[in-house]
Amino acid sequence: MSDTTPQPTDARKAGRYVYGAAVFLLCAWVIVPLYFLLINTLSSPEAVNSFPKSFIPEFDLGSLTFFANFAGMISALKNSILVAVLTMIMSIAIGAPAGYALSRFDFPGKGTFRLLILLTRAFPLPLLALPLAVMFIRTGLDDTVFGLALVHTTLAVPFAVLITFSLFSGIPLELEEAAWTLGCTRLTAFTKVVLPLILPGITASAIFAFVISWNEVFAAAVLTIENRTLTAFLLQNLDSSPLHLKFAGGFILVVPALIFIFAVRKYLFAMWGIANR
Amino acid sequence: MAVIEIKNVAKRFGEYQALEDINLTIADQEFMVLLGASGCGKSTLLRIICGLETATEGEVWIGGKRIDHLPPKDRGIAMVFQNYAVFPHLTVFENIGFGLRMAKLPNDEVKRRVERTAGLMHIDQLLGRYSGELSGGQRQRVAVARALAMEPDVILMDEPLSNLDALLRMEMRAELKGVLAQSKTTAIYVTHDQVEAMSMADRISVMHEGKIIQAASPIEIYRDPAAEFVAGFIGNPPMNFLNATPSGGGKWTVAGTSMNGPDSNAPLKFAIRPEDMQLGESGLSAIVKVVEPLGAHLLVTCDVDGALFRAVLDSDLTIHPGDKLTLTPQANRVRWFDPQTTRAVA
Repeated sequence: MSDTTPQPTDARKAGRYVYGAAVFLLCAWVIVPLYFLLINTLSSPEAVNSFPKSFIPEFDLGSLTFFANFAGMISALKNSILVAVLTMIMSIAIGAPAGYALSRFDFPGKGTFRLLILLTRAFPLPLLALPLAVMFIRTGLDDTVFGLALVHTTLAVPFAVLITFSLFSGIPLELEEAAWTLGCTRLTAFTKVVLPLILPGITASAIFAFVISWNEVFAAAVLTIENRTLTAFLLQNLDSSPLHLKFAGGFILVVPALIFIFAVRKYLFAMWGIANR
Repeated sequence: MAVIEIKNVAKRFGEYQALEDINLTIADQEFMVLLGASGCGKSTLLRIICGLETATEGEVWIGGKRIDHLPPKDRGIAMVFQNYAVFPHLTVFENIGFGLRMAKLPNDEVKRRVERTAGLMHIDQLLGRYSGELSGGQRQRVAVARALAMEPDVILMDEPLSNLDALLRMEMRAELKGVLAQSKTTAIYVTHDQVEAMSMADRISVMHEGKIIQAASPIEIYRDPAAEFVAGFIGNPPMNFLNATPSGGGKWTVAGTSMNGPDSNAPLKFAIRPEDMQLGESGLSAIVKVVEPLGAHLLVTCDVDGALFRAVLDSDLTIHPGDKLTLTPQANRVRWFDPQTTRAVA
């Protein structure tokens, strides 16, 4: 008896090592590049371009200052923020009512509608971008912040609809009915009961739309010339700009997206049907 | 005065007839229970009165005013939901005061009414809490207090106790009955629990397949069921039925025994409650199949003339399966039903 017992313990121990190693590898996969990005952003331009690299950041703001002073960079950053904010507002304004309708009303073609929402993501953007560019030039929307925000809204709306749909479905209809019997109209029941409950989720969905727009590069590169967003601007200057500028730009792009996605992860899981509580 | 009149109400969901020709008048301050199995239309009827559902046909009047075209908020009703529907983002105080705030009552009036109803429901210690911090029973109390605070003409309740455990349900039943009697509102209460219905109601409407089969006082429903369905639904165990053949002049043969009954020549069904029989010299001969001692009495399941037949007998008796018994029905408790119409025959 006594000499057979160690075996399962050994196997379990080995399993734990494999598990630990897998977790370590996956974390490293994500964190190491981000860490290099951080080091190089917070180092002086000289340190970035030299070799060997240090593993500890110098906390030198030289690269970031250079980035801020690079011609057109600040206006590109401003454009990025503007487009993303517009995208956020429009995708919620369109997506949330659609999500509410999907969760509360039965109407003919409901299933088809849900499918169509997903189908908007089935077409590759390059396929859409060129006809869009032509159309935008004709209507004068080309090279404008609003025009690009429209395209980004199209990309973000399916997610906004799906996230808000799952959020609205999580609020029992009984709560609304109770509000109706207590003196509310459909509208006041929505503002007094549903909205306060859903606000965190709406915020999450808005942030997600922001991040989609913030990270989008293809449409931005095709549809803007003068009013480039940060992604498009960096892409344009990729071969001509010095290394430390690329690092700083990359860092400025990654950080907001990373923070936002982390903040709203709970609601993104909800969208895919994983328990959100 | 809040008399509720339901006139010729029908409801169809597509092809499905959920309610059919409902006519019911509920008196001021009456406690009316809608009783039936799930899917019988009782909740649909309540929701039509409430305004959460529209009737396909018919009218609903409250206090002499036709209200079936009005939104719920203009009907002078308050509703208690099965899952309580306590707003999770508001405190107990704000939950109870929600309707009062919507009605734009002054702050001190809201406070007065909230505190009074909270006191009535014994939740005055919980006014600062959120629904997530309450037990099921406490949430139920909040839901009832919220409805009472509106001081409505009519209070509607959709299985309000069905999510509570048995002991709490019994406690809340008595409490709710007391509070509602005090508040002097007309109440409509939906339940599938006949004990709840019997113990709380002034009047019970037994519903089946979208129709009201009988609307009467609990004791009348129990003693004089208007139809075979009611007799077989109410009572635990329900009424026993046996086929009876007429032998003329008000004489009937039931399981080989002669009995007095209505003067009719068409075959009827003989019915008797399990507790309305004694062991005797003459009567129905029964072969005991199962004996269940329930403490207060003995539930004996027998075979009478090939039919399943239950009797509730004194728990001092010693009875074993296989025994032959002679059960004497109490003459004034025997009921007769017409198998064609399923209605009671006097």
